[in-house]
Amino acid sequence: MPGKPKVAFYWCASCGGCEESVVDLAEGVLDLLDAIDIVFWPVAMDYKRSDVEAMPDRSILASLINGAIRNSEQEEMARLLRRKSRFVIAYGACAQLGGVPGLANRFSRDQILEFAYETCPSIQNPAKTRPQPGSQDAGRMTTLPEFHGLVRTLAQVVQVDYAVPGCPPTPALLRQAVTCLLDAEPPAAGSVLAPDIALCDQCPRKDSKPMDLRPEAFKRPHLIRLDPQRCFLAQGVVCMGPATRGGCEAVCVQGNMPCSGCFGATSRVKDQGAKMLSSLCSNIAASSEQEIDRILATIPDPLGTFYRYSLPGSLLRARVSRQR
Amino acid sequence: MQTQRITIDPITRLEGHGKIEIFLDDRGDAERACLQVPELRGFETFCIGRPAEDMPQITSRICGVCPTAHHMAATKALDDLYQVQPPPTALKIRELVYNAFMLEDHALHVYLLGGPDFIVGPDAPKELRNVVGVIQKVGVDVGKRILAMRRRLRELIAYFGGKVIHPVFGLPGGVSKGLAPADLPCVRQTAADAVDFARFTLQLFKDVVLKTDAYLALITSEAYTHRTYYMGLVNGRNQPDFYAGKIRVVDPTGNEYANFPTQHYLAYIAERVEPWSYGKFCYLKPLGWKGFVDGPESGVYAVAPLARLNVADGMATPEAQKAYEEYVATLGGTPVHHTLANHWARVIEMLQAAERMRELADDPGLAGTEIRTIPTATPKAGVGVVEAPRGTLIHHYETDDQGLIRKANLIVATQGNSARMAMGVEKSAKALIRQGKVDDGLLNMIEMAFRAYDPCHGCATHSLPGQMPLTVSIRDAMGRTVRELRR
Repeated sequence: MPGKPKVAFYWCASCGGCEESVVDLAEGVLDLLDAIDIVFWPVAMDYKRSDVEAMPDRSILASLINGAIRNSEQEEMARLLRRKSRFVIAYGACAQLGGVPGLANRFSRDQILEFAYETCPSIQNPAKTRPQPGSQDAGRMTTLPEFHGLVRTLAQVVQVDYAVPGCPPTPALLRQAVTCLLDAEPPAAGSVLAPDIALCDQCPRKDSKPMDLRPEAFKRPHLIRLDPQRCFLAQGVVCMGPATRGGCEAVCVQGNMPCSGCFGATSRVKDQGAKMLSSLCSNIAASSEQEIDRILATIPDPLGTFYRYSLPGSLLRARVSRQR
Repeated sequence: MQTQRITIDPITRLEGHGKIEIFLDDRGDAERACLQVPELRGFETFCIGRPAEDMPQITSRICGVCPTAHHMAATKALDDLYQVQPPPTALKIRELVYNAFMLEDHALHVYLLGGPDFIVGPDAPKELRNVVGVIQKVGVDVGKRILAMRRRLRELIAYFGGKVIHPVFGLPGGVSKGLAPADLPCVRQTAADAVDFARFTLQLFKDVVLKTDAYLALITSEAYTHRTYYMGLVNGRNQPDFYAGKIRVVDPTGNEYANFPTQHYLAYIAERVEPWSYGKFCYLKPLGWKGFVDGPESGVYAVAPLARLNVADGMATPEAQKAYEEYVATLGGTPVHHTLANHWARVIEMLQAAERMRELADDPGLAGTEIRTIPTATPKAGVGVVEAPRGTLIHHYETDDQGLIRKANLIVATQGNSARMAMGVEKSAKALIRQGKVDDGLLNMIEMAFRAYDPCHGCATHSLPGQMPLTVSIRDAMGRTVRELRR
């Protein structure tokens, strides 16, 4: 079957959920295989890095790469696939925004290694051994990839043409993304291949969203009975819907929990966390600074709330704590 | 004569990549092998400062193949943290979802990951040693039935969890969403069909694997055998419980070594660091680390299906119990030390998961409206443990009195097997690599030594022609490639 477009899937610092989202096409996977040739998918198929290296540059139509970039091996693979592909797609929140593992940018590389290998309560490591890029054992040399100081988005490492958002993306969005890449007219460069509207517009609870939100305090979801019909913001629970792109089919809300923002922002918003913060803070029902402080203190973890998936790709990007 | 090494790179692991280094002696025989994990994301550190109630959703991102396991371990840790008892309906919903997850995850391994080695054959042509070969063997209709059953189980998880990949329903003291009474018949039908599906899978395993003498000989061969300790959750009757229970450990002769509440895990489990892997190696703390060796003196233990059946006195449901008795009789009593018997144990666990789903679906209390107990206690510390498909999974949090995480310790299922898995790779390599000779069959046989433990190896091979990409380079001491084999 010569002539079928070639597509590659690859994973970097990720959890495997994006791979599962491809598999959740279920019978649709067969349609996918009719339309394209998968030339690289290490998790599923028998192609090697050396097979990719042997391909002519730009001979792959599209590489869908999920996961953030946390180590040297991931960076090398991203660069290799960029060279071999016409389009590189950041697939899923980690590749697009940094994702949940991007919250590690709040901590230094050394803090992470020290806890994992020295101070965690179950560790027994008096010699303070740590994994090494190269180590010797009776003359035998073993190597490991270098653990980088920061988590980066894919676009901070290579040029990225499109993004498919979500943690993970839905099978429907994947199907649409592949279809539009096969079109004679590919989407505009830089597009996010999902609806460019806020989640609130698609939310089954949008009728109960207050026109004028005047929060007096925020409530943590485990401490109140969650009304299964009413807008979470109207219940005083932080919901990222107003600052988050739609396209997920509001699945978390249908599980009776608020949106946590995994689809990132719409094209009109530069920084998802700042957008949500400003829209909440500008409306809080406070008449004094102390009152403002009191209300904002009811959000105990602004970073994890507003930047849960987007810290590496945000304006903040990273903060390395000097305190232990 | 110079030292030679064989590098298998990359193999594909659950969360990224894996690599095997095999070192040969002067004769070209394998003398040492390392199974390396090249990745670290640092979850325990970046959980610090996060509200505890976010842990079920944050830690599920450790694994998108087994997110429900992390979600549930975290949710149970929150119950403990806030000293709150969920209402009976909430517990039933959690356990129903958990058993549905166990069943669909195991089914994938049986049909798509590890299963092809047996259903198609360990030395079948490599083009067929995958799901395509499975479908050829069992027929397209059966293949469709497998996919359809998996989708329905995942739809059931999503009904409660919102999302199937990274569910959101776990809260301290309960779940966010209950079952509408109108949807109960649909849940019951799924559970009933799940039992039929598990029965069918067990029969297929018997027909294909057990009726082939060569397979049974392979399962019981010394190359895939380690006499270690075993660990798993059991209920009050010492039967496997995937959702709750105490941690039971048996020694290599099958005698109970320990049986303790999950909160005491630190007295029994320790982790070791090796400079050649980002992964850590668990062992039994009172016995200490004696190296990558088995036997009663070594702290190395195993988790996952084989281990769960080894720590149990029997199964928790009637049809699974019958299947267990046949398994024990065929393999010569417990404990079963044959790594490849994980495949058989997994099928028996599928039956228990399906039967337990049916019991819960038939319980009128499942559709109750009381699904939350709102926490009132001041949080301090909590431990949550479940049996993930790949073994005992431990989440341990300490918080300030606002419930913000101060310290998180996570012992994930694969770590419980990491030492034994490394030993398995080494042992099979030693049995198979002689005088530097390797071929494709050998590569698959080494692959089988660790694939049996880990159904998430190559999680996306679920419905695509799948096998792990392997390259073996034989290099001389200067690092020059002498010979390269690939498939």
